[in-house]
Amino acid sequence: MDAAPQTATPSAEGPIGAKAFLDQLFTAGVLTETGVDGLYGRSGDFEEVIERFEALVTRYAGADKAERIHFPPGMPRPMLEKSGYLKSFPQLAGCVHSFMGGEADHARLLQMLANGEDWTELQQATDVVLTPAACYPLYPTVAKRGPMPEGGVLFDLKSYCFRHEPSQDPARMQLFRMREYVRIGSPEEVRAFRESWLERGPELIRSLGLSCEIDLANDPFFGRAGKMLANNQRDQGLKFELLIPVANEKPTACLSFNYHQDHFGTLWGIQQADGAPAHSACVGFGLERVALALFRHHGMKVADWPQSVRAVLWG
Amino acid sequence: MRDRIRKLIAERKVVAVDVDTLTDTSDLYEAGLSSFASIQFMLALEDEFDIEFPERMLTRKTFVSIESIDRSIAELIGEQV
Ligand SMILES: [Zn+2]
Repeated sequence: MDAAPQTATPSAEGPIGAKAFLDQLFTAGVLTETGVDGLYGRSGDFEEVIERFEALVTRYAGADKAERIHFPPGMPRPMLEKSGYLKSFPQLAGCVHSFMGGEADHARLLQMLANGEDWTELQQATDVVLTPAACYPLYPTVAKRGPMPEGGVLFDLKSYCFRHEPSQDPARMQLFRMREYVRIGSPEEVRAFRESWLERGPELIRSLGLSCEIDLANDPFFGRAGKMLANNQRDQGLKFELLIPVANEKPTACLSFNYHQDHFGTLWGIQQADGAPAHSACVGFGLERVALALFRHHGMKVADWPQSVRAVLWG
Repeated sequence: MRDRIRKLIAERKVVAVDVDTLTDTSDLYEAGLSSFASIQFMLALEDEFDIEFPERMLTRKTFVSIESIDRSIAELIGEQV
């Protein structure tokens, strides 16, 4: 487009910085400030973009016939404890606490509140933790069903996820949605699944007028031991990310492609049809991140987005 | 030093097989060393030899065999003197 009309949206190319982009989103009303970094309201347009993007993902995956199952954004605490999440990411986990005292404790709580004191010491951990990744509640669920059928299984998941990493980068929210496909089966089946999405992912993203690249990646494992886990993950090519330039110098990971080997299969006792521990892989779509990339590159007004992009999303 | 490494592998049940069946170049990961076990093992080695593995050594390659561990520790102890 050489004669693009002038709009109020500043140049959508190049790194403007996360904070400047966040301010643009607030000003345009795409996101609404709450006072806590990483916790925002979403506009109707923003939600519609996510809905349309999800429909596009479903079109790409349609022939795979995944079983759809949605878990709430909270999961059983014992499940998270057993999952190993606290070994790897203690810094990101969120545990729900509630008041469980009697009337005297309640009076004390109100007194502390009125005095501006820390009242949270009167809270106790509940059986609920916030879901850190959409696929975590799935593995024990599948294990309970008994040995898998020949050919393995495929699931279509979506959940709000929580990660405690307050930031003014809009692409690093504390509560965000993750859409996932999870394949559980033999190593060959699972790797073929990941390969197929490593091809589909970039095709899908490019159809939306966004540039992207696939790169080897690692999870943000905690501490020095985590450095070793991260190196192991890279050495074995277990994690790839689809990166889209959004607001930062470094492009933002919007999709991830994870091969867990038999980690979850062994941990939860998921068996292949022949009794061997199942392998698993998931492809995750960071829904807010994809939407942010679209707003960044095509402007704050959805109605002004290029016709080609609108046709893919709303066509 | 290799004997001390072997002893540690046996004591900490680092691998799924009998340590005597391992040669110095046997792949410990193939012998059942998991990612999490390799971290416990790394910390145990640091204790045993009073060393600290620098970040560049926190890789699969360092801990893949008795020989590679021996070489890394020798390098670290050498650096200290
Ligand atoms: Zn997953």
